[in-house]
Amino acid sequence: MRITRLAATFGAMAMVLAAAACGGDDSDNASGGASTASGIVGKAAGGKLTFGVKADQPGLGLQTGSTYSGFDIEISKIIAKGLGVPESGITWKTTVSANREPYIQQGQVDVVVATYTINDERKQKVNFGGPYFIAGQDLLVPVASTITGPESLAGKKVCSVSGSTPAKRIQTDYKDAQLQQFDSYSKCVTALAGGQVDAVSTDDIILAGYASQDQYAGKFKVVGKPFSTEPYGIGVKKDDTAGCNKINDILKAAAADGSYKKAWDDTLGKSGKAAPELDVSKLTNCS
Amino acid sequence: MDVFSDPTNRDVYVTGFLWILKLTAASSVFALVIGTALAAMRVSPVPVLRAFGTAWVNIFRNTPLTLIIFFCYFGLYSTLGFTASDNLELNNYWLGVIGLSVYTAAFVCEAIRSGINTVPAGQAEAARAIGMTFRQTLTMIVLPQAGRAVIAPLGSIFIALSKNATIVGTIGLAESSNAMKDLINSNGNAVFQIFFVFAGTFAVVLIPTGYGFGWLANRLAVKR
Amino acid sequence: MSTDAVLYDHPGPRARARNRILTVAFGVLLLALLFWIYRKFEEKGQWAATLWEPFTKSSTWTDYIWPGFKNTLAAAAVAMVLSLVFGVLFAVGRLSDHWWLRVPSGVVVEFFRAVPLLLLMFFIFFGIPFVTEKPMPNFWAVVIALTLYNGSVLAEAFRAGVRAVPIGQSEAAYAIGMRKGQVMGQILIPQAARAMLPVIVSQLVVLVKDTALGYIISYNELLQLGVNNLAANFGNVIQAAIVAAIIYIAINATLTAVAGWLARRTRRSGRAPRATTTGPAVLTGAGGEPGAGA
Repeated sequence: MRITRLAATFGAMAMVLAAAACGGDDSDNASGGASTASGIVGKAAGGKLTFGVKADQPGLGLQTGSTYSGFDIEISKIIAKGLGVPESGITWKTTVSANREPYIQQGQVDVVVATYTINDERKQKVNFGGPYFIAGQDLLVPVASTITGPESLAGKKVCSVSGSTPAKRIQTDYKDAQLQQFDSYSKCVTALAGGQVDAVSTDDIILAGYASQDQYAGKFKVVGKPFSTEPYGIGVKKDDTAGCNKINDILKAAAADGSYKKAWDDTLGKSGKAAPELDVSKLTNCS
Repeated sequence: MDVFSDPTNRDVYVTGFLWILKLTAASSVFALVIGTALAAMRVSPVPVLRAFGTAWVNIFRNTPLTLIIFFCYFGLYSTLGFTASDNLELNNYWLGVIGLSVYTAAFVCEAIRSGINTVPAGQAEAARAIGMTFRQTLTMIVLPQAGRAVIAPLGSIFIALSKNATIVGTIGLAESSNAMKDLINSNGNAVFQIFFVFAGTFAVVLIPTGYGFGWLANRLAVKR
Repeated sequence: MSTDAVLYDHPGPRARARNRILTVAFGVLLLALLFWIYRKFEEKGQWAATLWEPFTKSSTWTDYIWPGFKNTLAAAAVAMVLSLVFGVLFAVGRLSDHWWLRVPSGVVVEFFRAVPLLLLMFFIFFGIPFVTEKPMPNFWAVVIALTLYNGSVLAEAFRAGVRAVPIGQSEAAYAIGMRKGQVMGQILIPQAARAMLPVIVSQLVVLVKDTALGYIISYNELLQLGVNNLAANFGNVIQAAIVAAIIYIAINATLTAVAGWLARRTRRSGRAPRATTTGPAVLTGAGGEPGAGA
């Protein structure tokens, strides 16, 4: 499927025919409806799955030595269990925002649970189960800050991770703000602590994770005015409709039997925030 | 289909290479000045100056540039309070220039030092015999000859510098590596085209530059 | 020329006095600068025990720094071997009598020398899988990118080294009936490698440092594990980076020291065969211990 897209790219460049572009899309779909044996349900039967998760986000996906912890990790475990994979059969692999789609497309990982926002652009490349959580872009500021929301960012320095959706949103929607980009949020938070930037912007849940770290206790606050909706999905291969449906079934069951709430309480819930309701009516249709 | 026919994308590409150009231009000047001073220190009669030069070379030459640039932001700017500009982008630019300069200076210093070694000892001895001081010997006899011998190595160092300028992207400057990443992220199906345009731009500029330095080095070589 | 002694006279009393003043002045200046940096760090609370404490715990080393260090060394070691091989092959290719070998080798070497490693690594990791339809493990993306770049630089070093070998050497080799391959492999390359040892080593140091770029494609090397992940746990990104820098300096200083030792060794052993070059001993002496004569 990728090779056809590539071929289409070059083909179209050579032919200079507008029609070639449409042809490219068609062949995509034609080769896309492949068998489900290569999907995660088939792979899970072998007792092993590779999960792509974040490694540097406290509360969500944080690597401590060779073990990972956080809400995304607990969700991954629920999915694995639902697919009949024992915890010992899980391989964790660190992903960063920029390589999640390629990782799924190339098969480096089977499932991605990594603060992964469902959007139309990504839907063209991967299939999403979930959402298992609804986040929103927000701002992390020093406790004494006068910033009250994205409107008051004019002239301020805002930090986010390079190439991420929050960074792009600041760039396009809040042009008056100056954007500092780093490759990790821990660097942004360090710059915030040092006063080099006035705010860090990304999903509220990620910010809350940093704000509640011991060494920053009492120094930062999350503004609490989300200015976007980020439904977190679980990414699988584009053609793996069966796997996606299965994930949604597992999430439904997890919402019903309390394991979803437990996953929250064990991780992000420790900050005192009550577990959110998993709205099963909002789950994707996996098409 | 064609990624670069879109004016926004072309803008990203042009801005990226303009930053590389500006970084290279400023850093090569500073690196040359600092590097020459360091080389002079390393051959000077004052032990503490020699030690300083040696320490500089060993520290900066052996640390990854990524880390040096990082320290420029989090050490120099964040902790030591050095601010070059209120404009975030310009400030990052200057921090990048400082990082590239101190790093490249270590290499320039070593190149010049080995250039000094190509000057026959008799030349310096003759200079001393007619009563020239250390500074006179260095600036009037040794460095002019060493300078010609180091054109080729300096050429490679500056070419490396212009490529290393991409690393300033790690503190958020929208130079060409970040530009390429951005374009690939939004045009995943044109990875090859994007890469060959970016890599090609570097190649088209740097390969002739390399040959230019080689030609210059041959032309100015001290005939012995 | 020996720089230490020739550039200036043996200092007399006045020069010594002046040197002492310079020493003291510069020393004081340097100490003042260091003290100022120290105070600034203190002001910003960078010496706070909580930020440095993680480095006294063994788990920090076993969980982050040691695995990162191992991965850095693994990528560096494999890339070193491959780029030396690549360097020799393409140097020979560029020196070939056949244009169909010479021209492509030249193009490859020139291209990869001119492309920033960062772009190369990024492309290999994200672009190549589009052709092979297989995932590109990030270890190999790092290694391949390092090999292509450093191998190309080494190829040029070898080529310059081969061309620096006096022409009489290869003429003599041809005269005693050696073939092209033998002349290259047994006469020219060994001498070129020895002459170019400083260049080769400094390029290998560059290679070790460049593994640091691997974190951009999330290869778990020293910067990724020891700085990014460690700091995500303890919020001490500056301290972690200082520790990482010290480790890099130690690795590279060691490498340079080993190279210096190697250079002295080869120089010593180089003298032995040269003394017997004319004798038949060279032919039979091939099995002898290298450097045993010294």
